[in-house]
Amino acid sequence: MTARLVPEPATPVAGEAAGAVSRLELAAFRNYRRLELAVTARPVVLFGPNGAGKTNLLEALSLLTPGRGLRRARLAELDHRGGGRFRLRARVETVDGPREVESWHDPENGRRVLAVDGAACRSSAELARLCAMVWLTPAMDRILVEGPAGRRRFLDRLTLALYPDHAARVTAFERAMRERAHLLRSRRPDPVWLDALERRMAQAAVAIAAARRDLVAGLEAELARGVEGFPSARLALAGEVEEALGRMSALEVEQWLAGRLAESRTADAEGGGAAHGTHRSDLLVFLRAGEVPAAACSTGQQKALLLAVLLAETRLRRARAGDWPVLLLDEVAAHLDAERRRALFEALVAMGAQCWLTGTDAELFRPLFGRAAVFHLNEATLREHG
Amino acid sequence: MAAAEIDRLIRLLARLPGLGPRSAQRAALAMLRRPEVLMTPLAQALLECASRIGRCRVCGNLDSRDPCTICSDEGRDAALVCVVEEVEDLWAMERASSFRGRYHVLGGTLSALEEVGPDELGIGRLLARVAEDAVREVILGLGATVEGQTTAHYLAERLRPLGVTVTRLGQGVPIGGELNYLDEGTLDAALRARRPVG
Ligand SMILES: [Zn+2]
Repeated sequence: MTARLVPEPATPVAGEAAGAVSRLELAAFRNYRRLELAVTARPVVLFGPNGAGKTNLLEALSLLTPGRGLRRARLAELDHRGGGRFRLRARVETVDGPREVESWHDPENGRRVLAVDGAACRSSAELARLCAMVWLTPAMDRILVEGPAGRRRFLDRLTLALYPDHAARVTAFERAMRERAHLLRSRRPDPVWLDALERRMAQAAVAIAAARRDLVAGLEAELARGVEGFPSARLALAGEVEEALGRMSALEVEQWLAGRLAESRTADAEGGGAAHGTHRSDLLVFLRAGEVPAAACSTGQQKALLLAVLLAETRLRRARAGDWPVLLLDEVAAHLDAERRRALFEALVAMGAQCWLTGTDAELFRPLFGRAAVFHLNEATLREHG
Repeated sequence: MAAAEIDRLIRLLARLPGLGPRSAQRAALAMLRRPEVLMTPLAQALLECASRIGRCRVCGNLDSRDPCTICSDEGRDAALVCVVEEVEDLWAMERASSFRGRYHVLGGTLSALEEVGPDELGIGRLLARVAEDAVREVILGLGATVEGQTTAHYLAERLRPLGVTVTRLGQGVPIGGELNYLDEGTLDAALRARRPVG
């Protein structure tokens, strides 16, 4: 199951296309023993039967950004079943020129290592600054009707694309919250220690909420401009920290939140977690016309709303950071009607953001033929189509 | 398979931080191939360190003297104490070489999840030292991790009633970074730009 695709002579990616992944190598990753792939900033279409490795390939790309990737998998799940630890290597065309990003499963300490141009990455922000990835997968089909956790993850992924420190802040908040929960369960928790942890939580929460607010304001401005062929989405944030930032200064909100946490110690000791914080916030999505909550829309319309948000995000990253995010759209085309599918393809081609699309049927992507790199994928082997 | 002695050596090496089973095997074989160059001197150095090096009873530094060379140096300001997490952070500060005070090595940070509390870090010993030795200023040179900053906040609160000035290192310490990773220029700048803790 070795796939090796000899690339067409590397087309230099112009500044216009900054953000694209131009080369990808996988070793011992999921069902891939080895794969080498070179592409340009044009859309990339991967079609083939279920189990061929389409989502695995998108997952590998998603691991070029901080976090656990689009499946939120454990490290051991990423290793090839036939043995060996996985290793990814990619060339990313950044605004400052090409960079080599690597990630691998380090057997010595059982962690995922990230490196840029051969030097270990010390912070997730360093990597998030280099390239942004946003995705839509079948696992996210129901995020608009289910509980807030999935929407919050979606929101934080979008926020990270504009705020490289966001992932580290979310991690810091959660870490301090876990420390506090553990301390609250001990016999006589030290109140000064609890104060210190609640202050950390409050500081991180204010930074998280401020970034989310700014992102949603930016997306709202883009969404108001509309995307041809897509229903207009309207976004709002529901969360006490985000709301408090609308009426108090950041420092006041920090003090207020630390105070609320101190008051809720007894309840939190029993219930676990924390009664206050950005881990309870939600992203509200509406159909702009008539303010219809997304949960009341059809499944097809929900998918279109999420795509409209991703396209707005793409324009926003371009406007703010000067490059494009990479879009990973897993099995998205199949769920759109022909007209909307065409609208999506036209929007993608017009924007110039690199987009990776998967599906079982090549016919779905016919409008993209000639304007995209199209590959047939079967049993972890890639073949150029047509 | 390898002789029992070699096997034992590899297993002991593999327990060291940064060395997994494979690098332990590589290291053991390298030593066995050149015992007089790589192995005997190492064995002697290990024995020497094991018998002579200990924790300074004042600051927690590792040295062959107790109190350590820094604590015994009359040229260094005993009223200025920099609190660091680990001995490698002390070394990093010394490399930056602009600091003429003394240290307090905590040996870790507060972590409820890892069962490291104020007692495990000997924070009481630091407070006693500040009260007894007429310390004028305590600089909190702790990492920007959640645990490092929690520990800094905790120490500031505990030190406040003692009437000592508490400062922390200034700009340039990255989120999630540790002191040990900072280059000398950055660390020196951070030391000069230290600010009072509010
Ligand atoms: Zn000492």
